[in-house]
Amino acid sequence: MKTETEPIAPSTTGTEVALPKRLSPRKIRRARRRKALSRFWSQFRVNKMGMFGLAIIIFFFGMAIFSIFANKGRLDPTITTNGPILASPSWAYPFGTNLQGISVLSLVVEGSRISLFVGLTAAFISMVIGSAIGIWAGYRSGYSDIILMRTTDVFLVLPWLALAIVLAAVFGANMWVIILIIGLTSWAGTARLVRAQVLSVKERTYIERSRALGGSDWHVVTRHVLPNVMPVIFANTILTIAIAILSESALAFLGLGNPLEPSWGTTIEDAFRNGALTLGKWAWLMAPSTCIVLVVLAFTMVGFAMDEIVNPRIRER
Amino acid sequence: MSVLSVDDLRVTYSTKGGDVPAVRGVSFEIDKGEVLGLAGESGCGKSTIAGAILRLHSPTTKIEGQITLDGKDILDLSPGKLRAARWTGASIVFQGALHALNPVQKIGDQIVEAITVHRMADEREAHVRAGALLEQVGLPPRRIDDYPHELSGGQKQRVMIAMALACNPSLIIADEPTTALDVMVQAQVLKLLRSLQHDLGLAMLFITHDLSVLVEVSDDLAVMYAGKIVEEGPANEVFHTPVHPYTKALAAAFPEIGDDRFRRRPSGLGGDPPDPQQIPSGCPFHPRCAEVTQVCPELVPELWDAGSGRFAACVHATGAPSLQTTNP
Repeated sequence: MKTETEPIAPSTTGTEVALPKRLSPRKIRRARRRKALSRFWSQFRVNKMGMFGLAIIIFFFGMAIFSIFANKGRLDPTITTNGPILASPSWAYPFGTNLQGISVLSLVVEGSRISLFVGLTAAFISMVIGSAIGIWAGYRSGYSDIILMRTTDVFLVLPWLALAIVLAAVFGANMWVIILIIGLTSWAGTARLVRAQVLSVKERTYIERSRALGGSDWHVVTRHVLPNVMPVIFANTILTIAIAILSESALAFLGLGNPLEPSWGTTIEDAFRNGALTLGKWAWLMAPSTCIVLVVLAFTMVGFAMDEIVNPRIRER
Repeated sequence: MSVLSVDDLRVTYSTKGGDVPAVRGVSFEIDKGEVLGLAGESGCGKSTIAGAILRLHSPTTKIEGQITLDGKDILDLSPGKLRAARWTGASIVFQGALHALNPVQKIGDQIVEAITVHRMADEREAHVRAGALLEQVGLPPRRIDDYPHELSGGQKQRVMIAMALACNPSLIIADEPTTALDVMVQAQVLKLLRSLQHDLGLAMLFITHDLSVLVEVSDDLAVMYAGKIVEEGPANEVFHTPVHPYTKALAAAFPEIGDDRFRRRPSGLGGDPPDPQQIPSGCPFHPRCAEVTQVCPELVPELWDAGSGRFAACVHATGAPSLQTTNP
């Protein structure tokens, strides 16, 4: 037809106002994103709960990064150190030492890296699967919806702990196996939430308009559906991180963690199994437990704070 | 050659309660530079036709007949070809611009979307073009960075019109473009549509329930009832000297300001439009018709010649087979 090859005539007036000449679209987009981010930050900053949680998270992330350099090769549980065994808290060993004479503080620092890594990676996997399935089910509806949602229901009611124990027994207690187990079993909630959002978004007229102007399903989903459900996905993922960290600790406490990669859960299990309670070595048990509580609490607080900002229904204005 | 030709179009929605025939055999043609007005009550199938022209209905909806747009058989296109034909062949000005714009995107980006989806220009050129389009519909180009909520209802509808023009389509489908706008803005939007259509030589399908609006903008007028066209012809004649009793009732429903007769006796049409699943036998309008005859419940009327280039699906049309004799 008449226009497909015809170059579009640049307008002669007015557009200088609309579009500064030397800015490329990418730069415009970047500037826009920066602006959106700074708007988000200014709202987040005044949220006390969110800022408190963020401070805790930053503290533990710092600890995790520190551990990469600090603990190189010193935490091998198969060797014995020269330090005192089962020491009580002192200046040299703030949380005492364990049965091998390793400082519990070192274990906790090392655990921060492993617990956070497992939590973040598993939550990411869960987010990707959950969003993909939720968007597909909500957008396509019909048979895809029925099949995907019944599958989601199965994952929702799955006794995941029993499943995780079986899987870990079959594939070996390896950090990546744990990550996959948690990631592959925790996406159901996200999928339902995303589907519900998509169902309400896809009926809006601008979706029909986008289809009418020739957008493919992929185009409509990435340009209109995803940006509209993204805030929900994001806030939900932060909460999923907390759950993933908790799950990892639970699995490790049941002895499914890798003893060579001591997460907080592994340390708790070690302390519990070796009778830290009867021996009165409370710090051995309390230090990693407190870390778990703090991190999970922090992620939950940040998640709620973000929900308050991105969810217009509970936003305070 | 006509830009759009629709031949014996039938659209059936399938619902849990069974099949619903929303459009039951509609034919019309629109030439380049011509405006066809489509009128009718809510639920008579007007918007269903608009959706069918771009095949926007869900796959479960059955579309039969033939739709030819720019020489292409729309109902026969592969999904990829169909997407390419959308907006470049025909674009839609949607009913209720307030919801047809994505609230989280700038209006400029949404016009650009239409251009870049069809790879007609890169993003920078498309932005320039979007600014020019806004100017064309009477908005300052600096509004390109505004979000939909920063615009008034009339301005949003102007943005929708700019968007409809983005890919230089040969046909514009205006699906109730003036609903939810106040009368002054309505007049402005109509004037804009009419002048753009005239200047660019576009074909336009104008859908509304407001007959008085249609008379102003369209060359030809088609009146729909229960999924069929019941009267068509030149706009002025159809409005001022209607043949079909339904058109008469529609035309009479618009009071003339200053005319005492309308003040004393506002006229309207009794009854409700028929349920598409239980369309009355014979002429579907006969239960509500003021001029019903004995044959009406049995005879299914076709579009008969009604004089001066008009056609009406009514036994009272002059071209109807001489059945009036049976009328007592």
